[in-house]
Amino acid sequence: MKTKLLTALLLGTSILGTTGMALAEDVTLNIESWRGDDLTIWKDKLIPAFEAKNPGIKVVFAPSAPTEYDAALGAKLAAGSAGDLITCRPFDKSLELFKKGNLADLSSLPGMENFSPVAKAAWQTDDGKSSFCVPMASVIHGFIYNKDAFDKLGIKVPQTRDEFFAALDKIKADGTYIPMAMGTKDLWEAATMGYQNIGPNYWKGEEGRQALIKGEQKLTDKDWVAPYEELAKWKPYLGDGFEAQTYPDSQNLFTLGRAAIYPAGSWEIGLFNTQAQFKMGAFPPPVEKAGDTCYISDHTDIGMGLNAASKHAEEAKKFLSWVASPDFATIYANALPGFFSLNSSPVKMEDPLAQEFVSWRGKCKSTIRSTYQILSRGTPNLENETWVESANVINGTDTPEAAAKKLQDGLDSWYKPAK
Amino acid sequence: MATELMAAETRPKRAIRWHVGVFLAPAVLVYTAFMILPLFGTLQLSLFRNIEQSQVFVGLGNFRTLFGDPNWSVNFWNALRNNVWFFIIHMLVQNPIGVLLAALLSSPRLRFTAFYRTAIFVPTILSFVIVGFAWKLILSPIWGVAPHLMDFVGLKSFFTPWLGKEHYALTALSLVSVWQFVGIPMMLIYAALLSIPDEVIEAAECDGVTGMAQFWKIKLPLILPSIGIISILTFVGNFNAFDLIYTAQGALAGPNYSTDILGTFLYRAFFGFQLQVGDPNMGATIATIMFLIILAGVCVYLFLVQTRLRRYQF
Repeated sequence: MKTKLLTALLLGTSILGTTGMALAEDVTLNIESWRGDDLTIWKDKLIPAFEAKNPGIKVVFAPSAPTEYDAALGAKLAAGSAGDLITCRPFDKSLELFKKGNLADLSSLPGMENFSPVAKAAWQTDDGKSSFCVPMASVIHGFIYNKDAFDKLGIKVPQTRDEFFAALDKIKADGTYIPMAMGTKDLWEAATMGYQNIGPNYWKGEEGRQALIKGEQKLTDKDWVAPYEELAKWKPYLGDGFEAQTYPDSQNLFTLGRAAIYPAGSWEIGLFNTQAQFKMGAFPPPVEKAGDTCYISDHTDIGMGLNAASKHAEEAKKFLSWVASPDFATIYANALPGFFSLNSSPVKMEDPLAQEFVSWRGKCKSTIRSTYQILSRGTPNLENETWVESANVINGTDTPEAAAKKLQDGLDSWYKPAK
Repeated sequence: MATELMAAETRPKRAIRWHVGVFLAPAVLVYTAFMILPLFGTLQLSLFRNIEQSQVFVGLGNFRTLFGDPNWSVNFWNALRNNVWFFIIHMLVQNPIGVLLAALLSSPRLRFTAFYRTAIFVPTILSFVIVGFAWKLILSPIWGVAPHLMDFVGLKSFFTPWLGKEHYALTALSLVSVWQFVGIPMMLIYAALLSIPDEVIEAAECDGVTGMAQFWKIKLPLILPSIGIISILTFVGNFNAFDLIYTAQGALAGPNYSTDILGTFLYRAFFGFQLQVGDPNMGATIATIMFLIILAGVCVYLFLVQTRLRRYQF
């Protein structure tokens, strides 16, 4: 009852936008975020859990719209009215804030040791010396499939690429289902669910990504062109008119049971669970030969940092240490299936599909999307160009080699790796 | 003597006519604050560059980058080419259809004119977002009505996912835009046709000029000034266009930048997109070039075309 009253009070204060109203002596921390969708999770689960353990500290979650977040946050930081805790976008957007002195250095924060270097990479300076945000969650790529369809057609979950294409052939020959639900209209599906999904198996995850940043490998190398060659082979398995099929179209095709395989990101889990009427399963990107080391894209997506101008830095650090703890990870990962905690200690999750995704962390090596760190700072922007070229390769308007060459030429025009 | 006195009396010191200024002030102030100052702000922004968190004057450096650096110039010329094609489609399809519809509407024998007029004009007042999404759905190969309708008349084999094909996407979107805006030339021409006095028409009929000949020889010359105005409105509108492409194809104007026009190119440069960080200075540079293109077009019209158009006073 008491907590309910308290949350009601807190909600009241956040709605009125009056942040200084908290009860006597208590310190109030405000969280800036773009995740308005998570408001109830913070309000009902996360914040009460923290406040129960830390009397005297009140926390208010105050999100703004995703499209306005960056601009609004920038203005608030400049005016000195930003909240104490700041939800961090990965890579350059947060790095810029750190360089401007808006985010405090958290390298020595208790709890940071709970995260692997890959998890922290999204919120570090290029040399990896200072960290400025606590990693909160990542999304994992793979394929979600219609279990009922697989059972009906007697298809086993593919482990290798040959099995994968054999399964696709079988689904296509049967004709009941569209083998794969993906379109190229919105471009990013082709790059994010296509290239970045299957790519790490070819370029060996972190090894290839780091080599690319160091300039030891090029996008025109065999390992980087090969994923495009596989993407080009996907074309016959996509639905009719996939060139004009948008991302929501793909989602609907799959959840309506009209398609058998969906190249996915784990963020789909929440939505698919509520919409799909059939059983679903997931498998990681198939490897070349059975027994090969598998690599998955476990992309860091969201973190939390400390406003350097915060008046309650001590309390805020306490909160951040809690965000870095397994307690937080468990609540968060279960409330938002598909957004996985980056914490090194394993988190127990209820959702079977989410469990399947996260189980790959045990057997495969994790990496992040190849274009995100450092390589998308210049013009032309490598990430955007990768969207365009991935769609071109699937549409058949560019050969894999031509696409890779365009990307490398664009990158060469501004990126000079430190030798 | 008397006349002198009168002259002196009728030429008193002119009172300053304050009311002129007072009445003009609101419009001038609002227009200056929201149009002229931002325009100069943009021009100024295009001459600076952000170097290590501070704005540095670089003269025409940004323009050199835009035209000299292939990373920018290729995209710029592509956008300009697409924009010209967008404009050509409007001139060749929208305006002739607009004139035709107006001619039909002004025919005294046509019934339900008010209904047709309204029906054709309605899309013009719809939001771009609605038009973009509605047409995306209509043309969707999965749920759209276009494939089914074409199937009814046996043209199914001609259906392709137009918005997803490099060769067709821009033309398809231009035609969607034509569909949306054909009401404007129709209305303007319709008004012009109605303002032709009956005496002129009657005189033509007495001279035996009727039917099509009457339209070509009498009415068309009389509505030419309106067609000129429509052309310039189309030109300005098309080179400022952005919304339809953005709602239908996204900021990257796919597939493969085939629907990228100056507006979307400016948007990506100014605000950034996904991982691309916005560069207000380059954005302002592109905006300045767009301004100059439109200015040049309008000048050509004002000084070369409009002065040669013959106007008839009745």
